[in-house]
Amino acid sequence: MTLTNKSPASPSTLTRRGSSAVGDRVFSWWTLGTGLLVLAVLGLILITTVREAWPALDAMGLRFLTERTWDPNPATGDAVFGALSFAYGTAISSLIALLFAVPISIGIALFLTELAPRRLRAPAVTVIDLLAAVPSVVFGLWGILVVAPALVPVYQWCHDVLGGVPVLGNLFGPVVSGRNYMTAGLILAIMVTPIITSITREVFSTVPRADKDAALALGATRWEMIRGAVFPHSFGGVVGAVMLGLGRAMGETIAVALVIGGSTNITANLFAPGNSMAAVIVQQFGESTGTFTAALIGLGVVLFAMTVLINVLAQTVVRRAEARMKGSVA
Amino acid sequence: MASNDTDLTTRPSVAVHAPGSTAAGAETTTAPVMQLRDVSVYYGSYEAVRGTSMPIQQNQVTAMIGPSGCGKSTVLRALNRMNDPIPGARVSGDVLYHGQDLYARDVDPIQVRRRIGMVFQKPNPFPKSIYDNVAYGLRINGIKGRLDDHVEAALTQAALWDEVKDKLRKSALALSGGQQQRLCIARTIAVKPEVILMDEPCSALDPIATAKIEDLMFELTNDYTIVIVTHNMQQAARVSHYTAFFTAEVDDKQVRHGRLVEFSQTGKLFTNPADKRTEDYITGRFG
Repeated sequence: MTLTNKSPASPSTLTRRGSSAVGDRVFSWWTLGTGLLVLAVLGLILITTVREAWPALDAMGLRFLTERTWDPNPATGDAVFGALSFAYGTAISSLIALLFAVPISIGIALFLTELAPRRLRAPAVTVIDLLAAVPSVVFGLWGILVVAPALVPVYQWCHDVLGGVPVLGNLFGPVVSGRNYMTAGLILAIMVTPIITSITREVFSTVPRADKDAALALGATRWEMIRGAVFPHSFGGVVGAVMLGLGRAMGETIAVALVIGGSTNITANLFAPGNSMAAVIVQQFGESTGTFTAALIGLGVVLFAMTVLINVLAQTVVRRAEARMKGSVA
Repeated sequence: MASNDTDLTTRPSVAVHAPGSTAAGAETTTAPVMQLRDVSVYYGSYEAVRGTSMPIQQNQVTAMIGPSGCGKSTVLRALNRMNDPIPGARVSGDVLYHGQDLYARDVDPIQVRRRIGMVFQKPNPFPKSIYDNVAYGLRINGIKGRLDDHVEAALTQAALWDEVKDKLRKSALALSGGQQQRLCIARTIAVKPEVILMDEPCSALDPIATAKIEDLMFELTNDYTIVIVTHNMQQAARVSHYTAFFTAEVDDKQVRHGRLVEFSQTGKLFTNPADKRTEDYITGRFG
């Protein structure tokens, strides 16, 4: 039996109507185009920065990544450009930032989604979002003028108490000034907390009521409900939020430049001054020429590569962990 | 009641209540496990259900039926304080469990829900493995002994073991709807509650899966007391010993309230209802 037997008009009504087909095609080209645009911009950034950095990368070779000395104007011989000290500074300051920001952000987000009375939620969210709106140079100035000096006695106390502990004591070495990895990390922590908080809050609020009810109906306390129903549901999203925060921390320039101390070294001592890649670029770019400029751009390339690498790594970790936690679907 | 095994104020160190330790077990036919006395449930100032009184008999299935919006689910959730997390929800009257008021000031809702478990309308397994779904309740209740044995026992009792024993580490979300619902039942009975509340447990399932759950309910009455809310009158007639018929009523101020119309043995309610409204409903004249 064919459709035409039932209704003579039906074949024509089944053909594609002109306007909707055009709309669909425009929409699909538009979305495809914007998607490709992002890739193109990323690719162009990578290509042009590598080209600009090439004189330095060519001169240094792999040593650009493994050399810890950074000496653009040596008294004798060629300039030496090694990114390692700064990459270390970027990594350490960002790590400290996450160490403080992640538990605090998750705590705030849980409070806002699970515990806070309804009328408190909106104002609290506004205040946290305001924190994200503070320009980073303000954080930097606040850090250098207020936080750094104020923390010196605290650092000194930590050094006195923990400095003697084997292995761990290395982290709490002598305090030179308030401008060091730790201060940079703490300032970064304050800066990334709003981002991580606001995304984790969104993620937590998508956990279905049914899942929470299921946990409660089994006699779960609120914390057990959060561990059993909220966390498994939101693990991937929370890691995504942390990665966005990490990206911000690693890329943060002016605030770190002001409080990290500006010295080229690699040390376990968190109370020692150091430098980060982004901070070095902003400090030295104005006075650089030729290969020196190329080397600074090279730092940018390394930073870019590090960020991408960490994000890819995080995605792999999330996939593995989710498969283990949620059970494999296949 | 500090030393009584039905004391709900503190979390016991050994969570499984030993078989036979429940005094009421010996007096099945006389004292009901639960008793509602003039229970009203409010959301804010709105009285959703008004003045409900009925018993829940031990090792029997009690069904709650009625049209949409008659408050049967609301009453069900009041039986294990699942309305507590809803802002503004409040209960008046007495919800007695072995004579103890579940809404007394010193009663811990966590303890209430340990003894009075719940299965929901939509199967809601956690996004975890099948094993971890069942083990979750055991872990949070600190149940001693081999977790594996408890998990197997619960899955077996829920008539699911044979279907999942080779894929315990697979995601629970990969199961079919009916299997997911039986997993949810396994998860509930794993913590050995005394009463299981079921809120339209089959409404999202196909007839075959529904039949399996109904068979399972019959089996479960050996060990548990079941209260089921259902939209399906035939289901109530098939599975329950007692039936409560609820309806929605509009009062003088044009406000809708849920009300219990009639409670009796299922056979009687369906063949010889005392109330005209019950008769109209079960004969399909309204609702």
